[in-house]
Amino acid sequence: MTLFHAEAAMGRRVQGRALVAKDGFSARYDLDRARGVFSRPEHRLAGQSYLGRILVLDAAKGGVATAWMLHEMAARGVMPAALVLNRVNPIMVQGAALADFTMLSGFDVDITAMVPDGALVEVDPEADPPCLRVLVVP
Amino acid sequence: MRLTDEERAMLAGKAGPARQWAIEHQMRVGRYLGAVDFVPVSQAHIMADTESLGVAGVEWLERLAALPEPERRVRIPTITDPRGTDFAAAARLKHQDWMLALERRAIAAFQSLGVLMTDTCINYQTIMPAVLGEHMAYGDTGVVIYANSVLGARSNFEGGPSALAAGLTGRTPRYGYHLLEKRRATLKLCIDDTPSELHEWGALGGVVGRIAGDYWQVPALVGIDRVPTSDELKHFGAALASHGSVALFHMVGVTPEADHAVDPTLAVTATITAADLAAFQAAYRADLDKVDVVVFSSPQLSLVELRDVADLLDGCRATIPLLVVTSPQVKPDADRLGITARIEAAGGLVLSGMCFYQSYAREMAEANGWQTLVTPSAKLVNILGGYGYRPALLSMQECVEAACTGRIGG
Repeated sequence: MTLFHAEAAMGRRVQGRALVAKDGFSARYDLDRARGVFSRPEHRLAGQSYLGRILVLDAAKGGVATAWMLHEMAARGVMPAALVLNRVNPIMVQGAALADFTMLSGFDVDITAMVPDGALVEVDPEADPPCLRVLVVP
Repeated sequence: MRLTDEERAMLAGKAGPARQWAIEHQMRVGRYLGAVDFVPVSQAHIMADTESLGVAGVEWLERLAALPEPERRVRIPTITDPRGTDFAAAARLKHQDWMLALERRAIAAFQSLGVLMTDTCINYQTIMPAVLGEHMAYGDTGVVIYANSVLGARSNFEGGPSALAAGLTGRTPRYGYHLLEKRRATLKLCIDDTPSELHEWGALGGVVGRIAGDYWQVPALVGIDRVPTSDELKHFGAALASHGSVALFHMVGVTPEADHAVDPTLAVTATITAADLAAFQAAYRADLDKVDVVVFSSPQLSLVELRDVADLLDGCRATIPLLVVTSPQVKPDADRLGITARIEAAGGLVLSGMCFYQSYAREMAEANGWQTLVTPSAKLVNILGGYGYRPALLSMQECVEAACTGRIGG
């Protein structure tokens, strides 16, 4: 098991398969929320489903809509299990707070380079300090 | 976080459940982002189109709106970003009845909360511009970056829930761009060629945004050789915020904090040339020949931009849909001055109180058969790819020509 500490976190402990890319995240810009897939053609995860996955991405991007959209996605149950970012913006934090969504951010390494795509990981915002554990590498 | 007596009372529910939710939400956000206390704000601006809200968000608003009046009314002037439709033109856009019904429910809820339905993303041009040093809770990234950078206001990006929370409590967590030390430039860029047209200012914003890369970077630009207009800075800022998630820039010789927020010893990270802007634009027009729809939007157009569209349309007639989007504050002037009539006589449609990408863009594409879209907005081209469009970034004149011929380049 490999462990990475984060600077900040919210939500509950969750496990899931990581979906990893050195790319940004915006619910408005990047997702087809009806189908549950990344839809922006230029995104490195274009065409891939995010349902139930733990997204490990670089930085929060885009506009303010994500603050509502995470709540809307949670209400329909069509959403990732958690979001892990190198760098957040306030919108991601505000959206996660409203949606009661699990999020982790701020590492002393590039987290997208450290977590293999498809790995079984655990996000633990309740640990002190909060952390990401890589449990099984594919 | 350090709380005042009034804030502790709100947290304890003594000001009702809406304000209790609001301050709890703000404390969760503030703790995550390192705020030690709150700062009073004088305005809030809420982004809340119903595509973003969804049914769940509207129902959530309605629960707040059902509270007793003293418990639910916002405490500071609280205004709104564009809505998800222009009711007067909804049929022409092929917006569906369920969308309009959801919009009406959201509007009723906001009105019950005491929110002013201004429906604009250019409030800094039309409603009550911020002043230097004024703390705000603004939503819409274009509004925040313009107010922070051009006017010297202090705001972070406040998403709809947080902006509403600020309206209810009259304050926001003090982190990020409410703190002077966070407003200092973190990178310096040299601009070789000052843009001349609005889409070029947008392209410059896009290029700078990609270099900056995230919210916590504050780019400073040197080399701009004239004072840009409000519309030019509007397009630059909107694109910079969209492509880079950036909330504050400094422009040496132009913006009010540049003199003391840009360290003269900060090294130039990169030089941006006309070729960089051309390459940015070229990336958004590859293989685009036939055009389905032309959109002037994002941000909403000023009266001057509307007049320019009308002038460019003189002697032409649009053969494909031409949508020209402005604010409810500007539209009456455009009507009174005959600008709306000139655009619509040439086959355009002037829309008010909405913004194209906030108005069910995916559903409009499917209902109208729109795939290829041209626009002078560098912000819009960044957003619409994810909605299934193939967008191109062109000058205003090229957009009008495309509207008249249905093609790029005549």
